[in-house]
Amino acid sequence: MKKLLILGAGTAGTMMLNKLHKELDLDEWQLTIVDQYRTHYYQPGFLFIPFGIYKKQDVIKPKYDFFPSGVNVIFNEIDKVVGEENKVLLKGGQVLQYDFLIIATGTQTRPDETPGLTDQLWRKDIFDFYTVEGALALHQRIKNFEGGEFVLAITEVPFKCPVAPIEFVFLADAYFTKKGIRDKVNITFVTPMAGAFTKPVATKMLSQLLEEKNINVVADFYIERVDNENKQLVSYDERTVPFDLLTVVPVNMGNDMVERSGLGDDMNFVLTDKYTLKSVKFDNIFVIGDAANLPTSKAGSVAHFAGEILMENLLSAMEGRPLTAKFDGHSNCYIETGFGKGALIDFNYTTEPLPGTFPLPGIGPFGLLKNTKVNHYGKVLFRWIYWHILIKGKELPIEADMKMAGKKRVES
Amino acid sequence: MAEKMLAGVLVKVNDEGYMEDASQWNPEIAKEIAKEIGIELTDKHFEVLNYLREKHAAEETLTIRKVGKSGVVANIKELYTLFPKGPLKFSSKIAGIPKPASCV
Ligand SMILES: Cc1cc2nc3c(=O)[nH]c(=O)nc-3n(C[C@H](O)[C@H](O)[C@H](O)COP(=O)(O)OP(=O)(O)OC[C@H]3O[C@@H](n4cnc5c(N)ncnc54)[C@H](O)[C@@H]3O)c2cc1C
Repeated sequence: MKKLLILGAGTAGTMMLNKLHKELDLDEWQLTIVDQYRTHYYQPGFLFIPFGIYKKQDVIKPKYDFFPSGVNVIFNEIDKVVGEENKVLLKGGQVLQYDFLIIATGTQTRPDETPGLTDQLWRKDIFDFYTVEGALALHQRIKNFEGGEFVLAITEVPFKCPVAPIEFVFLADAYFTKKGIRDKVNITFVTPMAGAFTKPVATKMLSQLLEEKNINVVADFYIERVDNENKQLVSYDERTVPFDLLTVVPVNMGNDMVERSGLGDDMNFVLTDKYTLKSVKFDNIFVIGDAANLPTSKAGSVAHFAGEILMENLLSAMEGRPLTAKFDGHSNCYIETGFGKGALIDFNYTTEPLPGTFPLPGIGPFGLLKNTKVNHYGKVLFRWIYWHILIKGKELPIEADMKMAGKKRVES
Repeated sequence: MAEKMLAGVLVKVNDEGYMEDASQWNPEIAKEIAKEIGIELTDKHFEVLNYLREKHAAEETLTIRKVGKSGVVANIKELYTLFPKGPLKFSSKIAGIPKPASCV
């Protein structure tokens, strides 16, 4: 039997396993998936936990609920890939051979990369919401927050779901408003980028939302360290931002296994051909999801669109044909803006988010770069779509390639 | 898109003055853009600019961290000394490559 091995059973790995199970001749191919953990997290739901909108049980399910029958499942830590020998080493010495390998080990947060972040105030006045533990601990703290400097800070780019920190401050504004203490809370958004939004059209369409909601933006702020004594962020050019309650997006890096395998860049993201989704080092290794160093968002929707392209190219590679399917970097994200509204963006490697309607030109129902109630329902629906369609590798009525129909080119 | 006279060349730039065609770049153009920002370019600056242009041509994503660890400068602090306030934003502008941006 020929062997197809998938590393990582998160959003992208689970989705590919289901797609391949349907597509491949199972008398010919043996499918194996490896992950270190047994719980599948709906990570987009982490955003809602600090504000008490979702609870832990809303975002977790056992991974095996989503594995098709007949596939091999191994729960163990991956040590490294030895590409020259077509094998993967697991912790404890187990060796797995493969004919084709898919790497889907995602990205992890690394709070230890920022000096002072995990010192005495960590999980007391300093939190993250990119892990379920962080989001739950933050919920406890926010509940008792009575006012002061409420700061969201991004430590480094790239990080997964680039809009999540913006959604976070929008939801915080709504939360403190409903609680009746918004006038006592100063909300500040700190970013190493030139602004909360960086693309011209999105900046024009969405940055007034920050103003309307009275959210301060501190831009070009690259954090050198967190000063626990004086409760302030310190940048490399010695500026400071004071906080009473700090939420950070820690440095995001690919898994260390990528580094040990010699397959990644300086942030441990796997060097990947952005069109074919093949590793630049080995012809029988493909990469999908956050693990890849693609110049597009690290998001579940991107993994979904990339999945179709990967499927096509993998089948070609298996039959010795050239890889003809090309990924365009298509990404589609709902942006929760608070008070039951949301915005939506749709873009790819070359086209920035533009206004218009989605997915049906002129009809919608979703409005691109617009703040509407319907878009909020899109976000709410996304959880259902995630569990029932996305990770099961089923088709959505949206094509993998981004479409220009329904979009308006505008002067920025 | 607009055009701007820089060091005797008509250069394509965007609204924020970032060059749209990296191949139009030359060291004289760099000096003029730098002057507008208030930076006097030294050999060390050019080492950084060449590094950025190389990485950009190789389609690698650039971050402050990456440049800081590249060996071209000793550390991130030095990068800030060379290009105060927005090290990557300004060095990219002077190097004739696009402004570092996120997806939105
Ligand atoms: C707060 C937040 C909000 C988000 N909102 C959205 C949204 O609205 N829309 C959207 O599309 N996306 C959103 N995302 C992003 C989305 O969740 C991720 O992009 C997606 O889950 C990536 O899938 P993946 O399979 O690449 O990685 P993951 O799902 O993270 O899976 C990686 C898997 O690999 C395993 N693994 C890694 N290394 C090893 C090892 N050495 N040994 C064994 N196993 C290993 C891990 O245990 C994990 O199960 C959000 C993310 C966050 C954190």
